[in-house]
Amino acid sequence: MAEATKKFMYINRKAPYGTIYAWEALEVVLIGAAFEQDVSVAFMDDGVYQLAKGQDTTGIGMKNFSPTYAALGDFEITKIYVEKESLEERGLTLDDLQHLVWEDEDEDWAEKDSIRLVSRAELGDVLADQDVLFNF
Amino acid sequence: MSMLHLVNKSPYENGNLNTASSIMKSGDVLLLIEDGVYGAVKSGKASAMLEGRTVSVMGPDLAARGISEDKLADGVNVVDYAGFVELVEKNDKVQSWL
Repeated sequence: MAEATKKFMYINRKAPYGTIYAWEALEVVLIGAAFEQDVSVAFMDDGVYQLAKGQDTTGIGMKNFSPTYAALGDFEITKIYVEKESLEERGLTLDDLQHLVWEDEDEDWAEKDSIRLVSRAELGDVLADQDVLFNF
Repeated sequence: MSMLHLVNKSPYENGNLNTASSIMKSGDVLLLIEDGVYGAVKSGKASAMLEGRTVSVMGPDLAARGISEDKLADGVNVVDYAGFVELVEKNDKVQSWL
């Protein structure tokens, strides 16, 4: 092993189409995945809206990048944290979000959930455990 | 004299919806566009700010964000771009809460 693996976390706190942050974050996450780091992605505050299912952007003339989240599992990004308080304040439940999964090659490619619903306090613990934080 | 109030930011991100909804007068119309449409979701905390107001919301912005119309607060009117123009025409002034 040439270099030690670091724990990278990408923190998403903005809604998807009002600014370019969400899309840019997704690009950076996918680029980062190529470097074989221990990647986690967090969605909190308005960032939880990025994962809303049923997005259809034909009426606003912007690219719908939401299907890309479903591909994160294929890039071995399997730890996606969604903050519970942010969902609740916005009147959302996990059912309003895309169902994101990854395939575990150690268990005959069994499909597993990528999304981990965590409280703010639990997310704080996850943040404390990271080496590098990227904010969008 | 009626005023059309525009809000284009999420009520969970800043206080623009709070300001607009508390300053608007009876006869005024509030139109939620872009990230402002999140304020119209019935189950969200922010929808309480819409009570007693005349509220419209941009349909294409709702669809982009995956919000179906059955999730909206009671009485919220969905408009398209032509409806936006109509509201601008119908009201004496337009105030954008940027």
